Amino acid sequence: MLISFLLIPILTAIVLLFIKKDTLASQTAIAASLATLALAVFATFNQVDTFDIAWLPNLNSRFTLEVDGLAKILILLTAISLPAILIASAKNEYKQKNIFLSLLLFTQAGLMGVFLAADALLFYFFWELALIPVYFLCSIWGGEKRIAITFKFFIYTFLGSLFMLIGILFLNAHTAEHSFSIQAFIHANLTGGQKITAFALFFIAFAIKMPIFPLHTWQPDAYEQSPTPVTMVLSAVMVKMGLYGILRWLLPLFPVAFAAHTNVVVFLSVVGILYASFIAIRQDDIKRLIAYSSIAHIGLMNAAIFTGKGIAIQGALIQLFSHGINVLGLWIIADILEQQTGTRSMQQMGGLAKKQPTLAILLVGFALANIAMPLTNAFVGEFLMFNGLFILNPWIAAFAGISIVLAAIYTLNMVQKVAYGEISEKINAMPAPNKAAQAVLIILLIIVFVTGVYPQPLFTLTADTLQQLLAK
Amino acid sequence: MNAIIVSTLLGVIMMFCSWGIKSQKTQHTIALVGLFVLILSNLAQLNGWYVIDFDTKGMLAFTRYGLYINTLFFLITFIYIWLNGEEIAKFDNQAADFYALFFFILCGASILTSFDNLLMLFIGIEILSIPLYILTGADKKNLFSNEAALKYFLMGSFSTGILLLGITFIYGATGSFHLVEPILRPSDGLPQEQMILSAGLLLVFAAMNFKVSAAPFHFWTPDVYDGAPTVFTSFMATIVKAAGFIAFITIFNSQAKALGYTWILVLSFVIISTLLVGNIVAVFQRSVKRMLAYSSIAQAGFMLFALYGKSSFAQEGIILYSVVYSLATIGIFGVLIKMKENSFEAFNGLAKTKPLLAFVTTIFLFSLAGIPLTGGFFAKYYMLNSLYAAGAGLWLIIIAILFAAVSVFYYFKLVQAMYFTSGEPSMHEVPKKYTYTLLLIAILLLILGAFPSVVFNYLYF
Repeated sequence: MLISFLLIPILTAIVLLFIKKDTLASQTAIAASLATLALAVFATFNQVDTFDIAWLPNLNSRFTLEVDGLAKILILLTAISLPAILIASAKNEYKQKNIFLSLLLFTQAGLMGVFLAADALLFYFFWELALIPVYFLCSIWGGEKRIAITFKFFIYTFLGSLFMLIGILFLNAHTAEHSFSIQAFIHANLTGGQKITAFALFFIAFAIKMPIFPLHTWQPDAYEQSPTPVTMVLSAVMVKMGLYGILRWLLPLFPVAFAAHTNVVVFLSVVGILYASFIAIRQDDIKRLIAYSSIAHIGLMNAAIFTGKGIAIQGALIQLFSHGINVLGLWIIADILEQQTGTRSMQQMGGLAKKQPTLAILLVGFALANIAMPLTNAFVGEFLMFNGLFILNPWIAAFAGISIVLAAIYTLNMVQKVAYGEISEKINAMPAPNKAAQAVLIILLIIVFVTGVYPQPLFTLTADTLQQLLAK
Repeated sequence: MNAIIVSTLLGVIMMFCSWGIKSQKTQHTIALVGLFVLILSNLAQLNGWYVIDFDTKGMLAFTRYGLYINTLFFLITFIYIWLNGEEIAKFDNQAADFYALFFFILCGASILTSFDNLLMLFIGIEILSIPLYILTGADKKNLFSNEAALKYFLMGSFSTGILLLGITFIYGATGSFHLVEPILRPSDGLPQEQMILSAGLLLVFAAMNFKVSAAPFHFWTPDVYDGAPTVFTSFMATIVKAAGFIAFITIFNSQAKALGYTWILVLSFVIISTLLVGNIVAVFQRSVKRMLAYSSIAQAGFMLFALYGKSSFAQEGIILYSVVYSLATIGIFGVLIKMKENSFEAFNGLAKTKPLLAFVTTIFLFSLAGIPLTGGFFAKYYMLNSLYAAGAGLWLIIIAILFAAVSVFYYFKLVQAMYFTSGEPSMHEVPKKYTYTLLLIAILLLILGAFPSVVFNYLYF
């Protein structure tokens, strides 16, 4: 069962290489991603068996795939994202579209692998494999400065993951049977100092991926220059790899070293949140604005996880999912605007509410979710996370809290510039609404409000993970 | 033993082939058949059947490990000759001469995998090197090729002199040429003898570094690799280098103890400077061929890890690394041969005009850079693991991976040229068969990327 999360995207991706017709390729990709989604929904609500076969007997590494609440929530997010992205951008024109779609599906397979792997070497494998297709996607189909920017992104994350590789090698050498399984890693025989070293090696990789201030410099550029469907994958799902890594590996493996670094990391995260929020206010490019806003949100989740407080971690677990949905919605709107108006500058937009009221309403809906208004899904997570930060230190919570105000400023500013005011030239020239994309947005918005009003299913889903984490 | 005898015979046969047989195709076929016979004879010895069996008085020791490596070398040479037959024929209408030289090189390589005596080491290295000097100068009308050959010959002879001096010192200190466990422990013997022994070992170390092009003895490498005809550079950078490494490891696995702590110090210095020189200089190259020359220095830096200490990781890792590195290098040089010029710009837009060729080139580059799902990843992983298992500090491993990240810079420059820059690649005609052979190499690398143990599983049963 679990292996099909890898097989469906990979096999479809290979088939896609040979489908030269754009519409057929697009339909195939959507069908495959919907199949994965169906599977993910099934897996979310059912008990799923572990998939385990021998892989590298000499190294004692096994091909083990496993799910718990944390993995399920991210699998579900990945599975929702892909069809949403594919349907919303089905009309977009790309040269060699079949290869574009194929690479997207390869990315999905890589991401699924990261979230499913229960063997460190396998985890590392997928961690890298998720990156390679993205490298090609951004460099071939991205914006003007794509090659240099994507390369920076690639080198950054590649270097980070090499540090993680050393960490894996180091831990592996200290396990009883030189195993790579997560259980063996937890029981690795390390002295306190060695644990700090290993912690640092892993943390660098995750910190770059999230990214934490001051390692974030690759991100806004990469988001801006990537083709928007790829930006969606990057910011809705791929950044979660860093947070997932912390929850799955860092926290269970080195609880003591983890606690010892609470203050430093929380401080850096809060600095990053404020820094990103202030920059977001100054942005005119809608993609850059969402990019910085996303850095701020991820920073908050990271700070919350590092408090080590149960309530904050619970919030972060939910927010992993909610943030993905919200940011996906915003990106889809940004993509529609860019495709239909030909610009990303908010100066040149305005009056969307008069021209395409439905899209404007949807924009307002996701904007509210972005500033975590009550009734939206983000409120639940952020409330819990701030709660945890407050228990840790009221001052930190206060400083981080400023970001809520800042988020309101830049988000509402965006809504005002895009939706209201006189109809601008570019908006006026917009063609008929993209029905398929709007349908996707409506479904996403429904998820936003349903999980905002009734988040209990998400709590139930993540209960087992939370319990395990708190047992440390 | 079989391999040494059969390869010599085949070399002589190939030499005389050029008299009777004029067709290049036939000569190529004879060479391939010869290689096949060579592989069979070596496999026969692995199973205990000898062509001739006599007592070598401890000069040679045939271990399963050495014989198995022979087999791999021969297989890679087979792929190499299969791929490059046409290219070799271009230089002269007497390609058979070149094939003869290859067989002599293989003879030298088989001695290097089985020597148990420093004299045999010397003979092996010489048999390996002399044909190489000739191959470097094979492009007789090209000044660069001549220059490279002369340089290589002079420097090579000089380093052989150093090797001999080292062997003499060792003999002077211990009275033996044999490679038994530490010839002299630091506490034994007179301090004077100890000093002579250390000096001898360090001289041997320097000479071996020269042969495997490790810094600071690498200066000949870029010029020779660049000047030599690309098709022979490809052979020089792969089989020959790997054979040199096997010899290097055989000597110092048993002798390093005599050097005590100095060994770790000297080796760490060589490793770091090799990684530094190879990787940093490669970044600034404008010619792909020179970039590959420096990259081969950088790769040697990684292979040196196997010297750090004896462990199963080092033993398996060096095999895996040699195979993966050789395949990828033969592949990438195979693509380069078909280019009209060696600049990065020549690759511009290759993905558009020849997608399959661009794809295989990408696999080769990924493998050299050590990206997962290609053999290069596990090769590097085994090497790092062997370093850690041998008790090296984490700092050395961190330095190594920092340079691995640097290597991505220059390997990906080619990927960028092929995929993201538009242009018209200036290429010679690439036959279908040629592309498919390259694809086969790429598939082998991918298989090794998922199941690396297929290479060394046969070591054990």
